[in-house]
Amino acid sequence: MADTLTTPVEHRPEVRPKKRRNQRRHGRNWLAGFGGWIWLFIVVLPIYWIVVTSLKTQANYYATNPLALPTSPTLSNYQLVIKSDFAGYFINSVIVTVGTIVPTLLISFMAAFAIVRGSSLFLRSVNWLFLMGLAIPLQATIIPVYLIIIKLKLYDSLLAIILPSIAFAIPLSVLVLSNFIRDVPKELFESMRVDGASEWTTMIRLALPLTRPALVTVAVYNGLGVWNGFLLPLILTQSPSKRTLPLALWTFQGQYGVNVPAVLASVVLTTLPILVLYAIGRRQLLSGLTAGFSK
Amino acid sequence: MSTLARSAPRAGTPEKRRGSRRTGSAGSVAWMAIPALVVFTAFGLIPLFGVLGLSFTQWDGIGAIHPDGLNSWRAVLSDPGLPHTLFVTFLVMVLSWAVQTPASILIGVFLAGQERYRAFLAIMFFIPVLLSSAAIAITFKALLDPNFGLGAGLHIDFLSQDWLGVDKLALGVIIFVVSWQFIPFHSLIYQGAVRQIPKSMYESSEIEGAGRIRQFWSITLPQLKYTIVTSSTLMVVGSLTFFDLIFVMTAGGPGDATRVLALDMYSTGFQANLMGPASAIAMILVLVGLALALLLRRVGGGGSTDSQLEGA
Repeated sequence: MADTLTTPVEHRPEVRPKKRRNQRRHGRNWLAGFGGWIWLFIVVLPIYWIVVTSLKTQANYYATNPLALPTSPTLSNYQLVIKSDFAGYFINSVIVTVGTIVPTLLISFMAAFAIVRGSSLFLRSVNWLFLMGLAIPLQATIIPVYLIIIKLKLYDSLLAIILPSIAFAIPLSVLVLSNFIRDVPKELFESMRVDGASEWTTMIRLALPLTRPALVTVAVYNGLGVWNGFLLPLILTQSPSKRTLPLALWTFQGQYGVNVPAVLASVVLTTLPILVLYAIGRRQLLSGLTAGFSK
Repeated sequence: MSTLARSAPRAGTPEKRRGSRRTGSAGSVAWMAIPALVVFTAFGLIPLFGVLGLSFTQWDGIGAIHPDGLNSWRAVLSDPGLPHTLFVTFLVMVLSWAVQTPASILIGVFLAGQERYRAFLAIMFFIPVLLSSAAIAITFKALLDPNFGLGAGLHIDFLSQDWLGVDKLALGVIIFVVSWQFIPFHSLIYQGAVRQIPKSMYESSEIEGAGRIRQFWSITLPQLKYTIVTSSTLMVVGSLTFFDLIFVMTAGGPGDATRVLALDMYSTGFQANLMGPASAIAMILVLVGLALALLLRRVGGGGSTDSQLEGA
């Protein structure tokens, strides 16, 4: 497992024998390759269309071939989107995502550490509870969550999105993290204990550095979910100043529905930050996302 | 090893030592689980029981909550729309699974190959996972618009149908878009799993003269068994929560052709302000999800989720 995480996806050592096998079946790989390019076309066509269209004027869009490059590219759509306070929505999304991920990592890691290190009935019940939490579609609990948020007088605040997001992220985070902490050799824990280290020190100095890849997995997986989340902001906030990006996209589309290029410019703008992150940390992201799932 | 030997005399016999260490550490670590437990209880566990509780009440979402006995349940269960909603939910679940699973396995096996162009394709394939459901829904809604979309612009009659305005087409579009969005993630899971199949298995079958298709059926697929269970669980339980995509694309329409349970819960609760019946619907959603997860666990030979997520 640890090997999967640290080895970049594309550079695995077994390149040579595989090549030999592939050459032996040249014909079959042709078919697979063909299928691969077809799927690429299906994936890329809508994305290409979004980008190209977002650079056209509305008049130009109706007059020209939708897949042609714009004859006179314009950024006016982007200006319209930015004028509609997308910077504010962007900041809201950042606050909600960071505000969810940091506490989630901290408390999930502590819980995972406790579950692995301890064996009391209490900890076993906690573990069982989180496992059950995995099987339940937590979005179904949205009505009581709404009630609780109102009672806490948090309705229409960013904290209203953050608190349930943390709770929804805990079960999977604890499961993934505890499985990684379990892989840390018992002898290391034992030697820390003999050296007189407290459990807290053991966690910070031993378990944390050794399970950093798992923390990336959990952070990326939950981060994407929260950044793209729609239901919680839709139900738990109301005023435009508390909108996150997905919700802003939806209201913008409702407002400018006929202006297709402007709507698509808003799609590009809200997606751009994630794509930039993807370009920078692709390997971490890809290996991080799946390390917890594929074994 | 030396540490073990050093600590042994202090704590007596090995057996006793293990016992005392375990209880000793448990006492001092248990508190670390409390923050997560508190947050999960407050916003996960209590709401779960809250759903059950609220389903026996009458509440408009703003005013006071009144106990209402079984009236909400009676209203929901006798609603002629419920069988249809359950059927659509089931249909979306089964069809999206049936489209995604074979495609994800094939793409995953394909991406597990080491050629450079496959690595490039993997980068591109993954992009849909990064987009929000709202962005994807808005994109396809515009793309498929019969008057302003791609088909109309290219003057292709087949593409300029009223995709989201005809019952069967709308459901088909939802399945397609769901697949477009989630196949990349699942094929990545399969890619990782395929790469962990021991190379020696393929080599020895090659000596016996097995072809690639034969190898796929007799080595790759059986070896992916647990991954298929994990991926299917994520797909099936996840399909219950396709709220945002459908809400933005069709809002359940045309008519109620794409009205799934999650959407039914939202519109009953937050648009019609009938929180009692909406809670009853949510309870049905919870029970369906739980039943499916347990069923898939059994199919996978018990404890599949744990063994899947457990390290090597």
